[in-house]
Amino acid sequence: MSASARVSRALALALCLLVPAIAGAGTPPLRVVSINLCTDQLAMALAAPGQLVSVSYLSADPRMSMMADRAAAYPLNHAGAEEVYLMRPDLVLGGIYTNRGSVEILQRLGVPVLLLPPVDRLEDVAAQMRTVGAALGRTAEAEAQVAAFEAALAALRVDLPPVTAAQYHPNGYTTGTGTLADEIMRHTGYANIAARAGVAGGGVLALERLVMEDPQVIVTARPWPGASRSEELLVHPALAALRARAAQVPLADAGWSCGTPAMLAAVAGMAAARRAMEGR
Amino acid sequence: MTLRLAPPLGLLVAVLFAASLLTGPAGLSLADSLGALLAGRGEAAVLVMREIRLPRAVLGLLVGAGLGLAGAAMQGFLRNPLAEPGLIGVSPAASLGAVISLQTGAAAAFALALPLAALTGAGVAVALALMLAGPRGGSFTLILAGIAISALAGALTSLVLNLSPNPYAAAEIVFWMMGSLADRSMDHVALAAPFLIGGAALLLTTGRALDALTLGEDAAQSMGVSLVSLRLRLLVGTAAVVGAATAVAGAVGFVGLVVPHLLRPAVGARPGRLMIASALGGAAMLLAADLATRLIAPERDLKLGVLTAIVGAPFFLRLIWQMRGRE
Repeated sequence: MSASARVSRALALALCLLVPAIAGAGTPPLRVVSINLCTDQLAMALAAPGQLVSVSYLSADPRMSMMADRAAAYPLNHAGAEEVYLMRPDLVLGGIYTNRGSVEILQRLGVPVLLLPPVDRLEDVAAQMRTVGAALGRTAEAEAQVAAFEAALAALRVDLPPVTAAQYHPNGYTTGTGTLADEIMRHTGYANIAARAGVAGGGVLALERLVMEDPQVIVTARPWPGASRSEELLVHPALAALRARAAQVPLADAGWSCGTPAMLAAVAGMAAARRAMEGR
Repeated sequence: MTLRLAPPLGLLVAVLFAASLLTGPAGLSLADSLGALLAGRGEAAVLVMREIRLPRAVLGLLVGAGLGLAGAAMQGFLRNPLAEPGLIGVSPAASLGAVISLQTGAAAAFALALPLAALTGAGVAVALALMLAGPRGGSFTLILAGIAISALAGALTSLVLNLSPNPYAAAEIVFWMMGSLADRSMDHVALAAPFLIGGAALLLTTGRALDALTLGEDAAQSMGVSLVSLRLRLLVGTAAVVGAATAVAGAVGFVGLVVPHLLRPAVGARPGRLMIASALGGAAMLLAADLATRLIAPERDLKLGVLTAIVGAPFFLRLIWQMRGRE
C-alpha cells in the first residue's frame, strides 16, 4: 500500500469509513462488485451503465430488497471471496459486517474494498450516497440524487402530535433508540414504544410488556413461507387482541433494511398511515 | 403411602403454579395480577394474565406431569431406571414428527395434524425401544437404541429445519431439542391438553399390571395380566403424552428420569403409586425449571431442557455408575 493510500486510509478511518487505495486512484473504477444488500441499492442507483458488474443475491429477493427487479439484471454473488475475485473487480462495495473472512482475503489479494457502516440516522443517508458516488466517480449524479431524496424525505414529514407505535417482529424483536426505524417513526408522527421501554438499538420486547404499553399502532412484517415458532408469536391471541384495537401498518421488511433512498417507501407508508389516522 | 406423599407434593405444585402466574416482565403487582386473572380488571392486565401467563403455567403443569408419569410408566414396564422418554429417543422422535407437520404445511391446514404427527413420531420410537430392549429391558440395548434413535431423529429434525424456506426455522433447532414454554397461548393448551390428559389416563390404568409385573412376567401372567394389552396401553399412552408435550413445548429431557428416581425410595417399589407421585413431581420440576428460566435471564428465552439437563445429567451418570457395578 502506498504512503498516500495509507494517509487516505487514516483519514477514512477518522470518518468511520474504510476507503483504501481509492482516493489515490484518480480514474473511476470500471468493474464494481457489491456484496451487501444496502451497498447494492446505492450502487444500482448511482453507477454508470456497465460500471456495476454484480450485486448480492439478497437484492434479487423481493422479500428483502426494494430493487429486486433491477437486481435481476445483474449476475448475483454470495459474497464469497473466490467468486468475487474471479469477477476481477477494481472496487468491491460491502457493509462493515459483511462476510469479514471474504473481505479480508480480497484485501490481501489487493482488491480495493469500500466498507460502509449501517446507517442508523436519517441525516447519514445523504452522506453515504455521496461516499459511494465519490468512490464510483459519479459525484454529480450523487448530488442530484441526494437533492431529490432530501426533498422527498422533507415532503413526507408529518407534523401531527405523535401517536404511540411499536414495531413487532418474530421472536418479539423490536427497534428502540438509535435506530433508523426509530428515526423514521419520529419523522412521520409516531412515538416509539420500544424506545420508551428502554430498548436501545435492536432488541427483544416481551409480549407482556408490549401488551401493557398498549400502542396505538403496531407495525409488523408479513410472514415468510414455511413455518417457524418465532413467527407464531405474531399470531398469539394476546397480540391479536391488541391489534384489534390498534391501527396496523403491515410493512415488508425490505423497506426498513437499509438507509438508502429505497427506504422512502417505508417512510411513505408510515406517513400515509399517520395521516389516515387523523382523517378518521 | 401415596396418601402420605400426595399432599406435600400437591401443595408444592400449587405454590409453583401460582408463582408461575405471578412472574413475568410486565411487573404487575399481586393485587393487579389477581384482579385481572379472577375478576377481569384492567384491559391490558387481563390479556397478560389470561392469554400469556395462564397458558404458560397450565402447560408447565400438564407437560411436567405427563413427562413424569410417562417416565415412571416406562421404567415400571421395562423394569429399568434408565428408561426415560428423552433418553430413549421418544421426545426427539416426537419433535421430528412435529417439525415435519409444521414444515409441510399440514399443521396449518388442520390444527390436529401437529399433535398427531408428534404422537406418531413418539409412537414409532416407543415401539422401537420396546422391540429392541425386549421385555427384560436390558440397559445396554436400551441405551444404545436410545442413542441411535435420538441421533437419527435429531439429525432429520435439523435437516427439515435447514431446508425450510423460512429464515427463522433453522434457528429453532435448539427449541425442538431443548424445549421452551415461552409465549405459548391458549391455542397450544387446547391442542395438547386432550392428548396429555387422555394419555395420562390410559397410563394410569396400567398401575395394577405394572405392580404385578415387578414379580416377574410369569407371576404377572398367572395373576391375570395380559402383557399384550399392557404393552399396547403403555405404547399408546406414552406416545400421546410425550407427543403432545413435545408438539407444544419441544423436547424436554430428564424429567421422566429424575422425578421417578427421586420419589421411588419414598413410594417403595410400586410402579402404580410411583406414577401418581411422579406426575405431581414432574409438574413441580417443570414449573420450577420454567420459573428459573424467567428469573435467571428474563430476556434470553433460556431453554427448559438446559435446566432439566443440568439437574438430570448428573443423576443419569450416577445411575449408570450404579448399574456398572451390577452388570
